[in-house]
Amino acid sequence: MTRDEILDTIREILVDALAVDDDEVVPTATLIGDLGAESIDILDITFKLEQEFGFKIAQGELFPEGITQDPDYVQDGKVTPKGLEMLKERGPHFDMAALEADPSVENVRKIFTVEALINFCQQKLQAAA
Amino acid sequence: MRWMWIDRVIELVPNERLVAIKNISMAEDHLHDHFAATPTRNQLPIMPMSLVVEGMAQSAGILVGHASGFNEKVVLAKVTKATLTKDPTPGCTLRYTATIERLTENGASTKGTIDLYDPHTCYRDQSPTKPERIGEIDLIFSHLDRNSAGTQYPEENFVFSDSFRTILRTSGIESSF
Repeated sequence: MTRDEILDTIREILVDALAVDDDEVVPTATLIGDLGAESIDILDITFKLEQEFGFKIAQGELFPEGITQDPDYVQDGKVTPKGLEMLKERGPHFDMAALEADPSVENVRKIFTVEALINFCQQKLQAAA
Repeated sequence: MRWMWIDRVIELVPNERLVAIKNISMAEDHLHDHFAATPTRNQLPIMPMSLVVEGMAQSAGILVGHASGFNEKVVLAKVTKATLTKDPTPGCTLRYTATIERLTENGASTKGTIDLYDPHTCYRDQSPTKPERIGEIDLIFSHLDRNSAGTQYPEENFVFSDSFRTILRTSGIESSF
């Protein structure tokens, strides 16, 4: 499956789950900021990804949980070096460059982009092949 | 006290499907206000769509809860689809059919259909004939104790209260919770 084909499937999922327009679902769009996803939408999107692509997604695999509540990972409104390492380790599908440049906690949600979803699905499909 | 918007579970296939019915009665207070008469219009009693959604949520919620032996606190998280093509009125019976689409440790997605037995159109010689399909409601449920924020809730399963136990018992369904 090519990245364009993966994007087409993800676009259908996000249009259905988030009631957004086709043309809003571009690789650079952030799910929580640009596309208006709420936390509960992540569960809906997870179910739809499993259904469409045929793989299983464990809890916290798509987006690591509990980061902002953990003082080891967030201090004084910034993601700690340990937190950044954890995100890189548990989220190889994320582009961490912007967050590493400015580790403000409000920037964590910005790494959850459509591009990250494409990466995630591609990695899962390759692992299953 | 809890509003129950189903009267009886008539079929339960564990982990798969649940069918429940709701008889709509003019004795329900809300029907007198939805919609009350005005100087220019007679009273128009219709079961509100929001309560039809709640009836499906209770039907599907029991199905999802049963799958974990009612150990999980199953809460409605999202209405992914809700359509209703006809207004349910007093004297009619709604039949909710909920099926599990996805079930994981975090929650479940369900699909649902709503059929209507209308005395005017669905009964012949006092026997019910084929009901009319009037809606579809798809839902997402979350298992509350597995929320992504890590919020802690009381140990007691406050979701499946005495009202749910009564529904299951009077429906002849064994439950040990």
